[in-house]
Amino acid sequence: MGSLADQFLVLSLLINFIVLGTSRLGFAVRAVAIQGVVLGFLPALIHPFSWHIVLIVILMICAKGIIIPWLITNAIRKAEIKREVEPFIGYIPTLVLGAVCTVLAFVFAKKLPMAAEHQGLLFVPASIATLMTGFLVLTTRRKAISQVIGYLLMENGIFIFGLLLAEAMPVMVEAGAVLDLLVAIFVMGIIMNHISREFSSLDTSRLTMLKEE
Amino acid sequence: MSSSILNPASAIIATTALIAFSGLAGLLIRPATFGQKFAAAIGIPASAVGFCSAVLMLVRQQHAGYVIDWSLPFGVCEIGLDPLSSFFLLPVFLVTFCGTLYGLGYWPATHHRTTAPGMTFFYGLLPAAMAMVVMARNGALLLIAWEIMALSAFFLLIMEHSDHEVRKAGTVYLLTTHTGTAALIVLFSLLHATTGSFLFPVQGSLVVTGQTATLIFLLALFGFGAKAGIMPMHFWLPSAHANAPSHASAMMSGVMLKMGIYGILRFLTFCPHKPLWWGGLLIVAGILSALLGICFAAVQTDIKRLLAYSSIENIGIITTGMGMTMIGEATATPSLILLGLSGALLHVLNHSLFKPLLFFGAGGIIHNTGTRIVSRMGGLAREMRTSALFFFVGAVAICGLPPLNGFAGEFLLYIGFFREAHAPIPVMVLGVPALALVGGMATIAFVKLYGTVYLGTPRSREAAHPHELSLGMLIPMGLLAFLCIVGGLVPTLFLALVQPVIAMLVPSALSGAKLPASINLFPLFGAGLMAAAGIVWLLIKKNLNVRKVAADSTWGCGYRAPTPRMQYTGAAFSEFWAGLTRGLSRCLTQKPTPEGIAPKAGPFIYTPEETILERIINPLLEVAGIGCAFVRRLQHGQLHIYMLYIFITLTLLITWVR
Repeated sequence: MGSLADQFLVLSLLINFIVLGTSRLGFAVRAVAIQGVVLGFLPALIHPFSWHIVLIVILMICAKGIIIPWLITNAIRKAEIKREVEPFIGYIPTLVLGAVCTVLAFVFAKKLPMAAEHQGLLFVPASIATLMTGFLVLTTRRKAISQVIGYLLMENGIFIFGLLLAEAMPVMVEAGAVLDLLVAIFVMGIIMNHISREFSSLDTSRLTMLKEE
Repeated sequence: MSSSILNPASAIIATTALIAFSGLAGLLIRPATFGQKFAAAIGIPASAVGFCSAVLMLVRQQHAGYVIDWSLPFGVCEIGLDPLSSFFLLPVFLVTFCGTLYGLGYWPATHHRTTAPGMTFFYGLLPAAMAMVVMARNGALLLIAWEIMALSAFFLLIMEHSDHEVRKAGTVYLLTTHTGTAALIVLFSLLHATTGSFLFPVQGSLVVTGQTATLIFLLALFGFGAKAGIMPMHFWLPSAHANAPSHASAMMSGVMLKMGIYGILRFLTFCPHKPLWWGGLLIVAGILSALLGICFAAVQTDIKRLLAYSSIENIGIITTGMGMTMIGEATATPSLILLGLSGALLHVLNHSLFKPLLFFGAGGIIHNTGTRIVSRMGGLAREMRTSALFFFVGAVAICGLPPLNGFAGEFLLYIGFFREAHAPIPVMVLGVPALALVGGMATIAFVKLYGTVYLGTPRSREAAHPHELSLGMLIPMGLLAFLCIVGGLVPTLFLALVQPVIAMLVPSALSGAKLPASINLFPLFGAGLMAAAGIVWLLIKKNLNVRKVAADSTWGCGYRAPTPRMQYTGAAFSEFWAGLTRGLSRCLTQKPTPEGIAPKAGPFIYTPEETILERIINPLLEVAGIGCAFVRRLQHGQLHIYMLYIFITLTLLITWVR
């Protein structure tokens, strides 16, 4: 597995920080899209050529690089929101937290009982770090669109982990995962639509109003 | 191929599938009116075929077993039919047949545009699930079917969910049924731990001792008993049966309660040795349910609540019979086993005839008057002659009066308590006065019900212009009333259906004892009684023809200008009884205190309470609610914090696994 793959992974780790540090939603979406494309190329880099891999690459790039960002950008335009205002935790603290999480991910990955050929690879820590970043975005941001971005980040983290197994993964499972993602985005889009219509804002903290007393 | 279809066992399975499918057709086919009729066109013949096949299986004492090629995560998916299953299929198919037909007239899609498809769907799913419950031979499969049954009943119950009271009844029902299911899950897990499989143990092969046995028995009694409505797990039942549409109440009361009884009986087949106290506990619970159930019933003002409480009473009688059987087994008294089991099973069958009949009748009454409150009705018999007659038959039958079928079942229990029980346990003779008291109170309750609803003069404007029910609603009522009379006059016919079950459950009972010979004289007694009644009626009529007759309002008491308000009301009729049992059946009464020589008019409010629910369960739940307030604080509606929960759980899991 070439050093090129490792460089791609480092790139995606950096993109994590971009998402954590920016307040502009459009920028965050583009960053996640780029991360999706970067990760989409990875299977081709680390595994020998097969049509299966080609299919995965094309599907991933189409779904994560084009379709989903396009859907979210549309949603942003419709909701007329540009920025994430007043996150629960500020940008600098989340950046610091993200850094801590990434370091922890590296420490943690060393201790995981992995198969011998997967020891010491960058994949596992990168995967865990991306997952944690996704969680951070999910828990610290208010807007429903940020939630979708966090969800996408998490999915990317899972995808990195799955790369280790890409050869063993049947096409059906892969297709299922991509479809799952698409459907989830659609559902979120619908929910966002309803939230903005009902509360005339996309602030998910208003959802507490739905709580049963 | 043809022979396999003609085989009654496969016919039963096929009809079960058809009934479930008929519901689906009713849900999907548009327009809803056509869908409902289409569903009935499938469901009614299917249930008729299913009923006949079940009778055939029973008479032939046939056993059948199938393994469905569907790998449950918990082992082989096995279904089977034996006399016990076939017997409990009888009410399922019979009430489906009658209820579907009745539903066409009672809940027509033309009037209930939005709810009719759902109604049809769950009215097909519920009996199919119940048939699966009695056919399942695997604990996991039984639980799945059980849950489908409970949820279908829930959706039937909340059909008119725009009403606050209906939603409340639904919540109580849902909580109770799931508590019961939780007990059943524990029960089957324990059985799995003992036998190593979720398949039911072979009859009499479950050897457990000591605390495990006690625990398993109590769990079964609680889990199945909560569904059957044995006291004190009955509190969900009155509001649920009162608020469901009437043909759904008929299904729930006539059939679904029996699934709890089936569960207890099925569980008991596993155990070879039953301690004496199991039977004692069942008898005590049974008599308590019967006494308190009818005690509460007598003071009700809501027609369907009254019927629901009377269901508790009947379940109590059935449970008493089961307890008698178990005491007979523990003391090796075959005659006690035979009498108890025949009485219980016969009453299962009988109750599934007259209770749906009464609920159908109640549905017709509500249809006509738009209220469930008895004291707003009156004089309905004048216009609704046929349905009043059918209701009368059901009411007499449920009171356990000869010559109808309710008497036949209770008769066997009386004999059991009176003649046989005192040899092993003298105290059991006390069952006789208890049963007699129950019968007497049932008579009070139903005289009050029938008298206030059908006789007298209308008490409100809505009740003043009743019209006879449509033929589609009268036919099922007539069929059930006819069966009630047949069961009373020729109980040996029904006993022939009960016999195979006894032969399967306790073979020794049939060889060791015989039913009292007097049961064969029932046709003679019954016919004599009817003839006597006919002669008396003829005499009165002749007498009336001779004298001059003046027609006046009923209970006019000789006043010159009586008003409907002068009549006895239901509450007034049962006031004496309510006064005696004030400690048990609490009623909120609010009456004005008359002041001065000409007191002003004032409201009189009379609301019976559900004592156990409102005095015990609700306060307990409130205490639990205060104790668990910190859990509610965890559920605050902050989406982000929920995500944090997930994150923390994941992190903990990863570290823990490592």
